[in-house]
Amino acid sequence: MTSTDPRMSTPEPGLWARVQARSIEQLHIRLESLVVLIGLAALMAVLSPFFLSVSNFLNILLATSTIGVLAIAATFVLSSGGLDLSLGSVLGLSGVVGAAVAVKLGAPMPIAVLATVGAGALAGLVNGLIITRAYVPAFIVTLGMLGIARGLALVISDGRVIYGLPNAMVYLGQGRPFGIPMPVIIFVVTAIIMHIVLAYTRYGRHTLAIGDNENAARTAGINVDFHRLTLYTLSGGLAGLAGLLFATRINSGDPTAGITYELTAITAAIIGGTNLFGGRGSILGTMIGALIMGVLQNGLNLLAVQSYYQQMAIGAVLILAVFIDQFQVRKESRV
Amino acid sequence: MTLLNVTGIDKSFGPVHVLHGVGFTVDPGEVVGLVGDNGAGKSTLMKIVTGMYSADAGDVALEGNSILGLTPGDRRALGIEMIYQDLALARQQDVAANIFLGREPVRSVFGMKFVDRKAMKREAQSMIDRLGAKLPAINRPVGSFSGGQQQSVAIARALTFNPKVVIMDEPTAALAVREVQGVLDLIRQLRDEGIGVILISHRLNDVLSVTDRIVVLHHGRAAANLTTAQTNMAEVVAAIVGGSDMADAAAHEARG
Ligand SMILES: Nc1ncnc2c1ncn2[C@@H]1O[C@H](COP(=O)(O)OP(=O)(O)OP(=O)(O)O)[C@@H](O)[C@H]1O
Ligand SMILES: [Mg+2]
Repeated sequence: MTSTDPRMSTPEPGLWARVQARSIEQLHIRLESLVVLIGLAALMAVLSPFFLSVSNFLNILLATSTIGVLAIAATFVLSSGGLDLSLGSVLGLSGVVGAAVAVKLGAPMPIAVLATVGAGALAGLVNGLIITRAYVPAFIVTLGMLGIARGLALVISDGRVIYGLPNAMVYLGQGRPFGIPMPVIIFVVTAIIMHIVLAYTRYGRHTLAIGDNENAARTAGINVDFHRLTLYTLSGGLAGLAGLLFATRINSGDPTAGITYELTAITAAIIGGTNLFGGRGSILGTMIGALIMGVLQNGLNLLAVQSYYQQMAIGAVLILAVFIDQFQVRKESRV
Repeated sequence: MTLLNVTGIDKSFGPVHVLHGVGFTVDPGEVVGLVGDNGAGKSTLMKIVTGMYSADAGDVALEGNSILGLTPGDRRALGIEMIYQDLALARQQDVAANIFLGREPVRSVFGMKFVDRKAMKREAQSMIDRLGAKLPAINRPVGSFSGGQQQSVAIARALTFNPKVVIMDEPTAALAVREVQGVLDLIRQLRDEGIGVILISHRLNDVLSVTDRIVVLHHGRAAANLTTAQTNMAEVVAAIVGGSDMADAAAHEARG
């Protein structure tokens, strides 16, 4: 590096570019999102004396856990070139089904847990079947499911909250082994597993390839329709898991749980570097995106900003994130 | 024994009847040119061979066994590879991911199977080196490559898994003169290894110089099946344009 040939046609990439390249290749995250997260946290620490503490940190993780699990689902579906708008409604439906099975039918805890996650997976399977067999666009199918699942949750629960889950279930939402909230543990373990699946298994690589160029995936011999079907089922199952976390935390099945959560989940995925049009995405990146949303919400809470404004902030962040992403893509394709 | 035997293929897209009872054969170590006008049905016929499209009638047999019931993945596994006209690359994925798409090598860790990135990179690099292709970097998204570089990746993908039949749909369309020669040499090398090659190209000079036989499609019919050593530009052109204006077209082709 002591002498640089001035005639050299390609300049040595800068430090940022080199770290960025390694970060994308090995951790599958873009550095910008990490910088934004740290910057945002620093800002909140300056603005509020309560921000920097272990208990507040756990609070943020706890508040992020439900959305975080939904954001994992959103990442898988988006990076395959799909879309799942029914995440929030399926969360609500799953929680109600689980609560009904546990409270009204008095089923033992493992059955109720299975029913909760299973209800979500079933809704996802229906989405996937209609998308891959009837060729109705994912946007329409999952928008329809958004309405259907919410309606069904209200029908099953008769429009009322189903209270009084058995203790073993409530532990999943309120237990604190070693002082760490159970939802945080479930969320982090799920995120690690799903990160490995997306980044390091054939299933994950095929998911990205399908989102990148469906035709290329077909010519490579990948069964694209079946893969899509499994993705929507997985997405629904994860929404069911999020529903389980939500219901057990509030000790009830609430038919209105998770309204507009898909908005936040998709935003977290996009902030984390998932390509809205498929072909790129990582769970680690999405976790950073989810934490950005969590820190933002936590900070605005600490600063006593009204929740209506928080809704507006989330919407604005979504548009901003997509803008920055498109800006990046255009800049890179110009090189 | 015939390597690939295609017989009586019929294909319609809705009301459009694209192929009418088309048949041809490829022997091991034989290079067959497939030529015809734009829209003659060349790509459609080849996609029926690879399983991307289904045929309305007819049969495709590899080494005597019908493969029509098999999926594109199964046919690839049997050794039928195709370089598609649109290249069919995943633009945001890197070279290794594209070459190994659908056939990623895996490594077992605690009974779970993980994609072996190291092996993929290593083998992708050696394939690229063998082809003498000049790529900026093997770990970059292929969408950032030039058309010719992307074509090299598509070619590398078709050759990595010891194919029996390689179908090339306009493999030289985006290549510079030197690279075109490289692909023609490569075709001869595949022939010498006993691989059957089907070359679709509008560059008739290339087709005449590298093939053993030339099949001409005209409006979805096999209009001619010519032995390259016993034919010439004029005859090929005549078959392509289908009789009319052939003197003009032949003269044009001879000039160009
Ligand atoms: N998926 C499809 N749906 C409808 N029509 C199609 C489809 N694919 C091809 N065709 C039609 O089939 C005919 C043959 O197309 P094909 O691509 O096989 O021609 P080709 O010989 O490869 O032409 P070119 O030299 O331009 O590549 C054309 O009329 C085309 O419009
Ligand atoms: Mg064609």
